[in-house]
Amino acid sequence: MKRSAAEPVVLFVDPGFAFRRRVRRRSRRLPVVALLAPALLFLAAFTYWPLLRVFADSMMVGRFTDQHALGLDNYRRLFTDAHFARAAWNNAVYAAGTIVPSLMLALLFALALRDTTRLTTVLRTLVAMPLMIPLVAAAALFSFILLPGEGLLDFYLAKLGVPMINWLGDSDLALGSVVAITVWKNTGYYMLFFLAGLAAVPQELIDAATMDGAGAWRRFRNVTLPMLGPTLAFVVPIAILNALTQVDHVVTMTQGGPADATSLLLYYIYQQAAQNYDVGIASSATVISVAALLALSLISFRLIERGIHYES
Amino acid sequence: MKAEWRLLALLAASAGALLWAIPFAWMAVAALRPGVPADIASLTPAGPFGPRNFQEAWTSGSFPLWYLNTFTMCGGILAVQLVTVTAAGYAFARLTFPGRDVLFALFLLQLLLVPPLLIVPNLATLVSLHLYDTLLGIMAPYFASAFGTFLMSQTFRTIPRDYEEAAMLEGATVPALIRHVLLPLAKPGLAAFAIVSVTAHWNEFLWPLMAVSSPSSQVLTVGLASFASGAEAGSAWGIVAAGTFLVAGPLLLIFLVFQRRFVASFVFSGIK
Repeated sequence: MKRSAAEPVVLFVDPGFAFRRRVRRRSRRLPVVALLAPALLFLAAFTYWPLLRVFADSMMVGRFTDQHALGLDNYRRLFTDAHFARAAWNNAVYAAGTIVPSLMLALLFALALRDTTRLTTVLRTLVAMPLMIPLVAAAALFSFILLPGEGLLDFYLAKLGVPMINWLGDSDLALGSVVAITVWKNTGYYMLFFLAGLAAVPQELIDAATMDGAGAWRRFRNVTLPMLGPTLAFVVPIAILNALTQVDHVVTMTQGGPADATSLLLYYIYQQAAQNYDVGIASSATVISVAALLALSLISFRLIERGIHYES
Repeated sequence: MKAEWRLLALLAASAGALLWAIPFAWMAVAALRPGVPADIASLTPAGPFGPRNFQEAWTSGSFPLWYLNTFTMCGGILAVQLVTVTAAGYAFARLTFPGRDVLFALFLLQLLLVPPLLIVPNLATLVSLHLYDTLLGIMAPYFASAFGTFLMSQTFRTIPRDYEEAAMLEGATVPALIRHVLLPLAKPGLAAFAIVSVTAHWNEFLWPLMAVSSPSSQVLTVGLASFASGAEAGSAWGIVAAGTFLVAGPLLLIFLVFQRRFVASFVFSGIK
């Protein structure tokens, strides 16, 4: 009795308390729907719906006949298509060939340029510049740089006595050339994150390791690298996403050639959709790519996260 | 010993950074060399120099139209995003409601499912909405941004609740509260998001290529691709360099001027 009578007194003494409670209750109901609706509308139309639709389209057989039905025929055609197998294999090579070197170079640049001086600021800018230009612009520049004979690379290699090389036309070299362009384009972007990650490593930790007699390599291996775990957990999934979705240079420079040497999954999808108008096979290839992307980024994220936990 | 290693690392990084800059150096040099010089690959030519490649690039491509379309596209996407992203960001930062975590995870799915990957079903959607071959069609898939929502909700969380409660006391509604109280305090987050958004869409190629077929709706990147393949066929590499500069130059120059802001934005957007 005494207790329940006390409550209105508290409310009376502290009107702000009652007000806060009322505000929270009022702002709970109506606004949530109104606030989320605009974003959800567009997400539904261009992220969730297409996901369902592409899955349905991949299972649809006999699209242009009267008897369209559900079936796995598109997948059967996809998995027996040598062009798809080649694109998937190329994409694996491309992913490994771009992610590992660009992350390692980015880390090396970041380690060498971590102190902020006038010189390192300029050098960082030079490495970061490619991230600001479109991949098609990079492709236009490298079309000339890699031009056999007159191109920039051959022009300077000739001065060293190296004969003309067909960088994009030779099926043994073309994928490597495309990989090199991507590494050039993305390294600076990853470097920025490593620089930020390095700045967050407490100097006391490094000093303590130095006092314990740890050399530069051991300090890096046992102190700096584990502290970069959160940076890696963010950068690696982005790098995987880039390896599956950045094909602009393939579209404009090589068109997947010569002889499928530079065809990647998304290029294959683009070709099937825009050139062959084969929605069934393009949809099934999209489903496979999306599944690979989700699985790979989740696995890499989990692995790195576990690594962070384990080491610190 | 230690100082020597640092010097060596700095020297190696300098060499690497200079190597990284070569494509830009060639673009600048070649763009300023009129005609078809035999040593067009040279980074240190004797001359003559002149702006003629820029004039030829400008007249042989539809640059004014491409700039206009790119500005419209980037501006339109950003304008709608600012609304969707602040509204949803506020909801996730301040309100508790059932299914919030599941919904947030559903939002984050968009980080991976980028429109270029979903070109096939998204094109079908554009056709059924009668948005195929329009600038609005290029923009529509980007109107919601999981990344922006996440960024804004993180930014809102750093703002003390006292401000809002004071405003609520004076009878402010939620939209007024967001606009007049939270947004002015969230400017760093908004600026970071704007920079990342405009850079991403200015540079995008595959989706605008697929979503549009008539030349009147082409953006800079798509224009450059067709322009460059024409000029390359004629070995007019100076014109290719000038055209590439016209497409990549604006953002590149803004980046060089506001470098620290850009770098902070990219990093801020990534880490947060």
